[in-house]
Amino acid sequence: MTNSSTSGIKSFGAYIPRRRMLRSAIAAAHAWSHPSLKGLAKGERSICNWDEDVITMAVEAGHDCLRGSSGGISGIVLASTTAPYADLNNAMVVGAALSLPTESSANDCGGSTRSGLSAVIGACRAVGDDVLVVASEQRTGKPASAQEMNFGCGAGAVTVGTGEDVIAKFLGAETLSVPFINSFRKAGERFDYGWEERWIRDEGVSKLIPGAAKRLLSRLDLAPDRTIWFGMSGGGAGADKLVAKVLQIAPEQVLPDLQAQVGDTGTAQPILLLISALERAKPGDIILIASFAQGGEIAAFEMTQSAAATGRRGLAGSIAQRIEETAYLKLLAFDGHVELEWGMRAETDNKTALTQLYRSADQILGFVGGQCSSCHQVQFPRMPACVNCGALNTQKPYSLLDVPAKVQTYTADWLQYTPAPPLYVGLVQFEVGARVLMEIVDVGPQGIDVGTPLEFAFRIKEQDRMRHFDRYFWKAVPVV
Amino acid sequence: MATGIKDKVAILGMGCSNFGERWDVGYEHLLNESFSEALSDAGIERKQIEAVWLGSALERSLGNSAIPAATALRLEGIPVTRVENMCATGTEALRGAVYAVASGAVDIALAIGVEKLKDTGYGGLPTLGKGTLNDIWMPYSSAPAGFAQLAAGYRAKHGISKEDLKKAIGRVSWKSHQNGAKNPKAHLRKAVEMDTILKAPIIAEPLGVFDCCGVSDGSACAIVTTPAIARALGKRDLITIKALQLSASAGREWGTSSWDGSYVQNTRNAAKAAYKEAGISNPRKELSAMEVHDCFSITELVTMEDLGVSEDGHAWRDVLDGVFDADGEIPCQIDGGLKCFGHPIGASGLRMVYEHYLQLQGRAGARQLKNPQLGLSHNLGGVPYNGVCAISIVGLEGR
Repeated sequence: MTNSSTSGIKSFGAYIPRRRMLRSAIAAAHAWSHPSLKGLAKGERSICNWDEDVITMAVEAGHDCLRGSSGGISGIVLASTTAPYADLNNAMVVGAALSLPTESSANDCGGSTRSGLSAVIGACRAVGDDVLVVASEQRTGKPASAQEMNFGCGAGAVTVGTGEDVIAKFLGAETLSVPFINSFRKAGERFDYGWEERWIRDEGVSKLIPGAAKRLLSRLDLAPDRTIWFGMSGGGAGADKLVAKVLQIAPEQVLPDLQAQVGDTGTAQPILLLISALERAKPGDIILIASFAQGGEIAAFEMTQSAAATGRRGLAGSIAQRIEETAYLKLLAFDGHVELEWGMRAETDNKTALTQLYRSADQILGFVGGQCSSCHQVQFPRMPACVNCGALNTQKPYSLLDVPAKVQTYTADWLQYTPAPPLYVGLVQFEVGARVLMEIVDVGPQGIDVGTPLEFAFRIKEQDRMRHFDRYFWKAVPVV
Repeated sequence: MATGIKDKVAILGMGCSNFGERWDVGYEHLLNESFSEALSDAGIERKQIEAVWLGSALERSLGNSAIPAATALRLEGIPVTRVENMCATGTEALRGAVYAVASGAVDIALAIGVEKLKDTGYGGLPTLGKGTLNDIWMPYSSAPAGFAQLAAGYRAKHGISKEDLKKAIGRVSWKSHQNGAKNPKAHLRKAVEMDTILKAPIIAEPLGVFDCCGVSDGSACAIVTTPAIARALGKRDLITIKALQLSASAGREWGTSSWDGSYVQNTRNAAKAAYKEAGISNPRKELSAMEVHDCFSITELVTMEDLGVSEDGHAWRDVLDGVFDADGEIPCQIDGGLKCFGHPIGASGLRMVYEHYLQLQGRAGARQLKNPQLGLSHNLGGVPYNGVCAISIVGLEGR
């Protein structure tokens, strides 16, 4: 049992973009110049749709984590090396989309892929109110690079706090900071530059991580019969098993490295590995997560109770929701590596009135509509006068985020500009009576029709390419 | 107690430019093309016009205000007002002029509509802003995407297969091409095979290229006055305004569960009011012809039900049965419609009235209908769930 002052993980959530690019399709596109990529062409990797980024994925993971939660979150930390804004609190945007109280703290952290695990450790050590820690990464590699094959996109979120509802107690952590520069990317640059994998594995991971792990385990003084789940990010293929062997952890206790379905999600990877452990560990099991990067972080948790059933998607659920992609050019186009000709419709000036955005922030970012206190009609947007009875100033905020909904009308628009044609658009009918005209995204090969059930995802609505500002809103996604 | 507009205002003269891709001329030429025809038709001088309503939907056609039109037409020192109500702009301009005459404020007024779409560089319509609030949440879908949703709603409500509906809407366009081929002022003057229509590339499911109207340059206008003044000016067999009605969305269709997606509420509202104003109780029997807003084939199909000329769920069968063909029970789009005459937005409502005006006077040439009495025109702006409908009914005086 945990006592009230012991900190740890209270909830978790994950998000892997539905789009999965077959590595064989990437390798096939490069076969003329880089035939050796065929050696990496197993499985698939997640790619962001054009309207997904670190913020949108963080919202998805955060929402999954907070599902069924009664609130009580006092702050949010967003860890990423690929957050969209250099000067604009990315975590604040995520918090606003999750309708966290405006009094919440919001901190961005990054600088290295280990910052995801650093943020969790930091939150566990700072015993206080519940904090939502999200790590989110939109990784892209130079075309025909190994990174392009191995990287993936995704986000993981955990709620850290104290109390009876802690499901995995924080036992401790070790940190190692050394000038072992396995890879780097200068500010403003698009691609990582990495050193030889063998050097990273043999001189870096194999020598640095086991020492830190042993120090931690020795400090914890665990009984030898304890089940230990081990996961490690940042070391390259097979490095996790290598370290596990040194630590005498059985291969079957090494968490799946997600390479077959997702790829290496950088900052998010250690959190996703932690979630993977939370999804399989039994009370009493130990979870050991390492994140290698210029040294690294390693943290230990003890599973204390199974997670409450909240209808969360989790990591396994998120991996299962996939749309197979084989059009390699789509990856290039979405990541901005090629500029396709979209015609004049793409020239629209998408300047956002920041004044208007602030006035309607809870509606736009939080998807909070209104309910008329006079006739009870739920509606979006929340206008001064009720859409149904016309009563003035009678509306109370009403969140539409988790309200069941379905397609009322739709079409697939091949004329309007969208970076991922066609633009599916239609009227979305909410069970509570509200109706909203929305974009429908991530429509799979099965298509949609009137009556298709929908859920909602925070996405980039339009990009202002002139001023480099993305505006976000919610879009409908078919429930699978 | 309001008595309505019926027979209070007569059309003194009308004009309509050739519609189409008018690469050779600008809006200033188009305006003069329709205006000079109307002046000549009315038999009056420019200086006899006392007030003007200009309809122009896109700011990029000729800019804000009506000053560019006043300048082009040299309408000096009189009130010239620009009105805009999306694709219903042409009828909106007519309302302004007709109401000015009916009120007694002026004796003779001009309603003129124009659009110079082929100066935008687009194949369809440009993407337009929706205002600072809507821009940040409402999807930017195209005009065909707005109307294509009617197909989903109509299919779902009436249990019609995708294939049957596709054939019916294809038949709508086929008929308009047949008609447009006979109209020397029309943009598209070529009959098209059904197979070509059905196999055309998709614009917005299920609408293909041939389900979408022409994007055209053009201008149309009407000079209106009182019946007494028209007679004093020597006019006989007057064509009078029987009804002018307009209905705009206020959010109910797209903000509540009240609308099932299979019809256009604004058309139903405006039609009910227009029939009352014109004293029409059985539109299918009493109307001689219709010019409806066939921006897309599915729009025309559901409009037949919205106007009460087809029963709900039966328009697709009426279409396939030829009820709206040139030789059908109630001809629709005898001039080719938006589909083939073309759709220079601000001019379209007036172009529709122009066709009735010609038909009622027996001046419609190869497409002349037999003994027409009353013609209805129907203009839709925006999208089915968030738009505006304007209906005008014109006819022989005393009818």
